[in-house]
Amino acid sequence: MSSREKILGMVQKNQPQGNSLPEIITSNSVEQNLVERFSSILTSIGGEVVEAKDWNTIAAYITQHFQTSKRIGSTIPQLSDVAGIIDFNNDPHLLEDVDLTILQGHFGVAENGAIWITENQMGDRALPFITQQLVLVISKNEIVPTLHQAYERIGNSKYNFGTFIAGPSKTADIEQSLVLGAHGPKSLVVFLLED
Amino acid sequence: MKYTDSKDHAELSEQFNRDEARVDWHDKTLWFIREKRDKAAWQILEWEQLRETASQIKNNVLSNLHSYLLQFEKNAQQNGVTVHWASTPEEHNELVLSIIQKHGVANIVKSKSMLTEECHLNEYLSKQGIDVVDTDLGERIVQLAGEPPSHIVLPCIHWKKEEIGELFHQHLGTPKGNADPQFLTAAAREHLRQRFMTSKVAITGVNFGVAETGEVVVCTNEGNADLGVQLAEVHIACMGIEKIIPLRKHLGVFLRLLARSATGQPITTYSSHFNKPREGQEMHIILVDNGRSERLGSADFRNALKCIRCGACFNTCPVYRRSGGHSYHTAVAGPIGSILAPGLDMKKNADLPFASTLCGSCSNVCPVKIDIHDQLYKWRQVIVQNGNVSTTKKVGMKSMSFILSNPGVYKVSGAVGRWVIKHFPFIVNNKFNPWYKQREMPKAPEQSFGEWYSKNRKP
Repeated sequence: MSSREKILGMVQKNQPQGNSLPEIITSNSVEQNLVERFSSILTSIGGEVVEAKDWNTIAAYITQHFQTSKRIGSTIPQLSDVAGIIDFNNDPHLLEDVDLTILQGHFGVAENGAIWITENQMGDRALPFITQQLVLVISKNEIVPTLHQAYERIGNSKYNFGTFIAGPSKTADIEQSLVLGAHGPKSLVVFLLED
Repeated sequence: MKYTDSKDHAELSEQFNRDEARVDWHDKTLWFIREKRDKAAWQILEWEQLRETASQIKNNVLSNLHSYLLQFEKNAQQNGVTVHWASTPEEHNELVLSIIQKHGVANIVKSKSMLTEECHLNEYLSKQGIDVVDTDLGERIVQLAGEPPSHIVLPCIHWKKEEIGELFHQHLGTPKGNADPQFLTAAAREHLRQRFMTSKVAITGVNFGVAETGEVVVCTNEGNADLGVQLAEVHIACMGIEKIIPLRKHLGVFLRLLARSATGQPITTYSSHFNKPREGQEMHIILVDNGRSERLGSADFRNALKCIRCGACFNTCPVYRRSGGHSYHTAVAGPIGSILAPGLDMKKNADLPFASTLCGSCSNVCPVKIDIHDQLYKWRQVIVQNGNVSTTKKVGMKSMSFILSNPGVYKVSGAVGRWVIKHFPFIVNNKFNPWYKQREMPKAPEQSFGEWYSKNRKP
């Protein structure tokens, strides 16, 4: 008998009866002031939030705050003046020297400061992780209260790879001292774009 | 890393307790994390409802695991993932090795996976000439030190920064005497970046496997799982069969609970959903049993399979905080480890259910409402019935049972005890009495309550 049959046989024999699935109560601890809530949580976990009127404001901010002489990875056509779009040839190792990456996310989650982003927005799956600094752009209107609404929104959409990103990469493994920039980006700036 | 020491929890705790200042520090650090958990939980008005929902979802998983596993397998295969099944740790390790060997690779990276600790994968692979690098910072620290993790979420919580500075000086060549966490983390980042860039195989654990979609979700703060996987040609995800959840929307419930319970964060930095391998990449999922399907048949102990490995029960446990993770001599320490380990090897882990005060704090913080302290109590009875306790404990319990069930004997022994403590304190105040360790023995009262009552009773 294969291990598969052995395990499945034992599971079938031993699993208890009953126990139906519960309803998920999507009550809202955070219904009001979603932008404020999102911003304050993201700031508390090491991110930075900037409200932007339009793409030009974002472009100006990037020129002012980042060294654009270093390599920038972006997939956003509206920012092509400041951040050239990299040619992604499916070798993520060539992204090692990317200093700044600017990507668009689907939406944000107010209760935890996370942003949902999927592979089609990343250029390359490795990019949001290998870059030294990360900038994400979402629409100011696209913030949901909790993860329940987030998954309602995701629904049964198809994606090959998707992730919630909440703040810069971090660790507190050495005596509980918080250090930003463990293996992934050392900083995260989120632009909330007005429509 | 395997525990080769044959000492039991009490003996290993005694070693840990020799340095009192360190015990205090360990205790306070973990309590600080427990307090952060409380603050995070209290901000969610429906927290208790959320725990109840999570618990009910997990109950449903246990009673439908057979069909969920089949559904998960089918969907993962449709996503282009190869699904393997392993009954035993040996089989799991051999599967991992065969995938690595197929690709002719000798260096691999691994992000945190308690399952691979349970299977002692690193030890097995290194014997086969494969160099495994743990990429979670805490895990890398204990790996360099040749130790197993002492906590499932905070692997090197027992290490001081000065000691880590010295360890890095020896292994990574950082300047002697530098113990700045920021500096040491940056050094580890540089050191591990090289490994990420050159490893063709990446192993990860799995936090949740979704039956509805076949996707697996992996949560980290450091981004090490993602960096490893996205730069590799092969992704091997190792998961216990109990990690299945029915629907994608259930992730909303579990991800709200997981990081808040673990460290008091609102969510981990990355919650990555792996559906399909990246273009040109291979993805494997290994489903591991190792006693889980057998435990499923036990009404008393099956609830332990609901665990989502947040570590909240560790941080709150008065025994764990003061005895350290290594005193549990098993991959998963703490209260949850003490109810999981006897199911794997009752004889070897017979001491663990006794490493508890049964205060119940573990059950109170558990995000999926496992009855941990009840199970600890039940394991004690099973262990005694199977004859797996020391003679001292057996004789002690037998005599207590004799004394407590005979009122006459009880009265006399009480009087003798009081007299002995009063006149010959050294008979109890010595190292042969386990109750004397780290304790002052009480002053003997002049009389028992029974004596006082018969004297003072109003006619």
